[in-house]
Amino acid sequence: MTEPTRPLETAADPQGQRRIVIDPVSRVEGHGKVTLLLDDDNRIQQVRLHIVEFRGFEQFIVGRPYWEVPVMVQRLCGICPVSHHLAATKALDRVVGGWPVPEAADQIRRLMHHGQIVQSHALHFFHLSSPDLLFGFDADVAQRNIVGVAMAHPEAARQGVMLRKFGQEVIRITAGKRVHGTGSVPGGMNRAVDPAERDVLRAQLPQVLAWAEAAVDLAERLHTGLPTHLAGFAETPAAMMSLVGPGGAMEFYDGTLRVREADGRIAVDGFEDQRYRELIGEGVKPWTYMKFPYRLTLGPEAGWYRVGPLARLQNCDFIPTPRAEARRQAFVAAHGGRPVHAVLATHWARMIELLHGVEVVADLLDDPAILGGPLIATGERQRSGVGIIEAPRGTLIHEYEVGDDDLVTRCNLIVSTTHNNQAMNEAVRSVALQYLDGQTITEPLLNHIEVAIRAYDPCLSCATHALGQMPLAVTLRNARGEVLDHVHRSSRGDTVRGTRPHSAEAAL
Amino acid sequence: MSRKVAPLLVFGWGNPSRGDDALGPLLVEQLADRAQAQLPAGRLECLTDFQLQVEHALDLVGRERVLFVDAAIGLQTPFAVSTVLPAPVAGFTTHALAPEALLQVYRDLERTEPPPCTLLAIRAHRFELGEAPGERALADLALALAWAMEWARLPEEISA
Repeated sequence: MTEPTRPLETAADPQGQRRIVIDPVSRVEGHGKVTLLLDDDNRIQQVRLHIVEFRGFEQFIVGRPYWEVPVMVQRLCGICPVSHHLAATKALDRVVGGWPVPEAADQIRRLMHHGQIVQSHALHFFHLSSPDLLFGFDADVAQRNIVGVAMAHPEAARQGVMLRKFGQEVIRITAGKRVHGTGSVPGGMNRAVDPAERDVLRAQLPQVLAWAEAAVDLAERLHTGLPTHLAGFAETPAAMMSLVGPGGAMEFYDGTLRVREADGRIAVDGFEDQRYRELIGEGVKPWTYMKFPYRLTLGPEAGWYRVGPLARLQNCDFIPTPRAEARRQAFVAAHGGRPVHAVLATHWARMIELLHGVEVVADLLDDPAILGGPLIATGERQRSGVGIIEAPRGTLIHEYEVGDDDLVTRCNLIVSTTHNNQAMNEAVRSVALQYLDGQTITEPLLNHIEVAIRAYDPCLSCATHALGQMPLAVTLRNARGEVLDHVHRSSRGDTVRGTRPHSAEAAL
Repeated sequence: MSRKVAPLLVFGWGNPSRGDDALGPLLVEQLADRAQAQLPAGRLECLTDFQLQVEHALDLVGRERVLFVDAAIGLQTPFAVSTVLPAPVAGFTTHALAPEALLQVYRDLERTEPPPCTLLAIRAHRFELGEAPGERALADLALALAWAMEWARLPEEISA
């Protein structure tokens, strides 16, 4: 039986409720905040997660020459610029009539993309997630970062850094630069891989594969060792969407869309990426700039879904590399073959994907196609194109329309964090229901909410990076708008309590 | 295999598409141009990135001195200089890392103290998407650049 999807907004009268705003201000604008709406009994009724993500970026693209786009969109995100680079070029391949691209270009792009998966997943797990699992949610904040990991597991911390470095080197030899590469262009690639650079990375593979295996071991050990009361932490049953390859294989670069219901039944399969707008609608709400994607057949309230590692691992029928496939089977067996919706299982799934990424990189480095051959395809010009890939955090959609003057006339982007918008809200709501009570903003509450959000690692893509911002601020207001409690968490983890509300709450 | 690294590293970060957030990378680019003419070859390496990240700890290995450069809000002066020391700083997202945390990563990974590191914070005001740095910010950048050149010329670290 399918788990019912739960509507995000359950409060009959949001105006008559108290508000708690949690504002993890990363930088100046690219921040998110959480609003918890309380009822008169101080119980959670509603959650609103605000992520100011790439507001304005689509309009920024309109009017630009299409060939600038694959480079420009990398400025969407400093963590996964390659994902945007490739999604944009895949869409523009269609515009220039260059799809499918030549084999060499296809393989080099795949190599670049899997390098991206490896570096991003390594950063996420070792920098953000494993500390939560290692030290518990209520551990001192100083322990819950890579520093804590380094102290407790010195080799794991180093391996995390080195895995990320390896992934970035894969990107560099394919994209041309570690940051803002230009390798992928509409219709193919503008460079092949240098054999000498390929050989340097190939020599590192035995060690890197061993590190990746060890990372899965660590994630599995930490997850299966969770106390019983945390095993189902922030559990949010949801449908799952991702690309899949031939035969239902896990696929990150190119495939068809599949949606699996929360109970594991396949609802949609083989859906062509160019027709995504027949599958997905985008809802808006007055309190946030972020869109709320949903399945058109189910509507905005019931049609939400999850993307990312936990969705991909369960949406595919198999992983087409042997080591990761064995780990997938172990994951499935550990859960009795039942669909898994516990948020913390995402970290285990993410490390299995990292291992898969390293295996694919290994295969591609052995492929002579990456060293040269035809790199560009041309054909009949089209007015529009859609590019969908699986970015580290989930499905990423780029769509462009281009005029006869080569200028972009329409741009639509649905990034992974947007797909996960409602799933993240539901995860935070699940946590808040359990841990929030009364009128005090407690450290355990903040820690638990952070853990739930951290599992998704929402992309604060256009975030600027100036010094001087507080990473976390929380405001509690009553129904009359009066501040009941307000907490700043400094970048050093100190908590400062006061009565000044955060300005972001004015958006409510 | 070890490579010979330049004894001085200047590392700036920021989003070049977000107004004054570009100040860090801009200063590094301009410093690199000047250093080419005014410093011995191989004395200074200049790096930029969108964000400070854990792997940048490896860029510090073997350095004599390091200068971090970033835009900063809330400054009363055109720029501010401070010494950076390792500190365990809590993280919330993979999209940002404090320089103190980077040095702590270095300390834990390398099992030794990081090289002396200085943070050059440049006053910033606006962060609009697609905009170039403002005139006030560029004026402050020029002053900060002059200070950075002196830092690069000196044989010993400048105290904050």
